[in-house]
Amino acid sequence: MTKAQTTQPTRLYVKGVHLGYKRGLRNQYNHTSLIKISGVDSKENVDFYLGKKIAYITKAQKAGKDGSKFRVVWGKVCRAHGGNGVVRAKFARALPPQSIGAPVRVMLYPSRV
Amino acid sequence: MTRSFVATGGPKKAAKTVAAKGKSARMYPADDVAVPMKSRKGTRAPTKVRASITPGTVVILLSGRFRGKRAVCLKILDSGLLLVSGPYKVNGIPLKRVNQAYVIATSTKVDVSGVKVPATVNDAYFAQATSNSVKSEDKFFDNERKAAIVSDQRKADQKAVDDGLMKVVTKEPMLKQYLNAKFSLTKNDRPHNMKF
Repeated sequence: MTKAQTTQPTRLYVKGVHLGYKRGLRNQYNHTSLIKISGVDSKENVDFYLGKKIAYITKAQKAGKDGSKFRVVWGKVCRAHGGNGVVRAKFARALPPQSIGAPVRVMLYPSRV
Repeated sequence: MTRSFVATGGPKKAAKTVAAKGKSARMYPADDVAVPMKSRKGTRAPTKVRASITPGTVVILLSGRFRGKRAVCLKILDSGLLLVSGPYKVNGIPLKRVNQAYVIATSTKVDVSGVKVPATVNDAYFAQATSNSVKSEDKFFDNERKAAIVSDQRKADQKAVDDGLMKVVTKEPMLKQYLNAKFSLTKNDRPHNMKF
């Protein structure tokens, strides 16, 4: 991370957005988050992403134990949420509310192709 | 616990004779025969590698230091990990093991039937040597990072594999450039619609 990038950067994740949490009319279940993956507009397209790891990355003031200022919450795609391509995802820790609307990275692994 | 039927000569012997004859004895044994518990170790089924990955498949590495790079799968090791090589000459990927979950298999295949992988290159070959020679305290203060030393054995093995591989790679037009090119997603790329 310290070296200056000299080559074309490689993006190996698909951009997603944290929409909010799984919920009913009155109750909200923070343990499951809803993620909109860019370009995924139908339930059929979701199949490719099932099981894929998701990273919610934030930058903090102080470096953590690993010496990096970036904090990551890892999760994975569980299933489709309805038929419009939104997915349900579980994270190691429930995503914080300020992450609603924030970008997440949907990784290409574990790969099944 | 299996219960055996005793004729004469102790429970163990009786169990054996019964098993051999295939019929039950007339008497119950006085004692239960101790049968060693079946070990649950070593019964794990070997890892299945998905059908799209075969020796010769060009794969895209998805994480780690070589992420985005393409490599040739040479072999599926006993542990279920894939043995890949860049080849090193083309894109800097040495002989290394990768997990199939962190790999995209492409439809490009390379004929690796002529590539001889040394028999010594197996899972044990890649296992990290643990050095107990340096005391933990010394290690603690030894903060300077040393450049990794690649053993001559590794270099020789790499050369042996790459020599065979390069013959095939240079024969096919554009294959060398393809292996050297990185895979990356750009703005309107939809991996779920891609045919790799």
